[in-house]
Amino acid sequence: MTPFHLYMAQRLSALVMAPFVLVHLGVMIYAIQGGLTAAEILGRTQGSVFWFLFYGMFVVAVSIHAGLGLRVVLSEWAGLRGTALNALSGVIGFGLFALGARAVWAVTAGGV
Amino acid sequence: MSEREIISVTVQRGGPDTPQRLQVFEVPAFESQTVLDVVSWIQQNADPTLTYRFACRVGMCGSCAMMVNGVPRWTCRTHVNKVLNGGKIEIAPLRNLPVIKDLAADMDPFFDKWVAAEGRHHPTRSRDDDIAAINPEQPERVVASSGIECINCSICYSACDTVAGDPDYLGPAALQRAWTLYNDAKDADKDTILDAVSGKGGCHSCHSMGSCTAYCPNGLDPLSAIAGLKRATTQRFFKGRAK
Repeated sequence: MTPFHLYMAQRLSALVMAPFVLVHLGVMIYAIQGGLTAAEILGRTQGSVFWFLFYGMFVVAVSIHAGLGLRVVLSEWAGLRGTALNALSGVIGFGLFALGARAVWAVTAGGV
Repeated sequence: MSEREIISVTVQRGGPDTPQRLQVFEVPAFESQTVLDVVSWIQQNADPTLTYRFACRVGMCGSCAMMVNGVPRWTCRTHVNKVLNGGKIEIAPLRNLPVIKDLAADMDPFFDKWVAAEGRHHPTRSRDDDIAAINPEQPERVVASSGIECINCSICYSACDTVAGDPDYLGPAALQRAWTLYNDAKDADKDTILDAVSGKGGCHSCHSMGSCTAYCPNGLDPLSAIAGLKRATTQRFFKGRAK
């Protein structure tokens, strides 16, 4: 991975995230009109392939985007270089993916 | 005029071999006085050991840039009245570069990066060929022409916070030079230029903060030049290399 590839990965993941963020916020505002319980949410998401793919891809894009963004912050602000930089930003990226994937699985596949 | 006004000038002294310290000089104010005039007055009348760099005194050579009140400026074209802050001025060597001594910064990293960004001509013809005719109104030529008045003063390099955070970053001047050559019909090796600006510390490290364009004393726009390089490298990524 060259610096250019990392740059492209961050830009493309942002491109993927943009519509996801808009749909996520829009659905959230629409769905809570008149109140919403956890059971009602799970009733709509569990077993839904659409929401699994939607939030699954969202989590992948966030993990790439945030991991690479924090990699730059760690480099320029904390002075990390080389293996330490790659290892820590990798842990952050995979950590975000693990946390997000666990949540997506629990909300869309749990109970199936 | 009765008694001449006095300017309190704080100058950063020292270098790698001597501890850096601040020294205050009392300099008489003159009409139409530049910051370079102030530094020269100190060197000629108060302390001949003060080290600084200048040549043309008219904003063409790019030698006399210094930090004035924490901001990079060409001192020969900066009037004292414009920067005087309560009768005081602070002068220091350019930021983001090693100090040789006092106000003289070591420009080597700046020019080394100019070379690393392929800021050199790759000819399309030999000396035996006719000179290629260039239409000055052609869009690529207009883009190239917008960057050619750079005087290599390193003010953009000193103003850049990305350079401060990433010592490998090539910096605005070198990248603007690369963008100028990329748009030059007489340059034969555009892929090499894009390769040079795509590596570690290349144009993709830029955060588009725009200090380069804000502080360029010649009114150039390295920020847009770097954005152009990002576009060109991205287009090459999707379309594939030329030829």
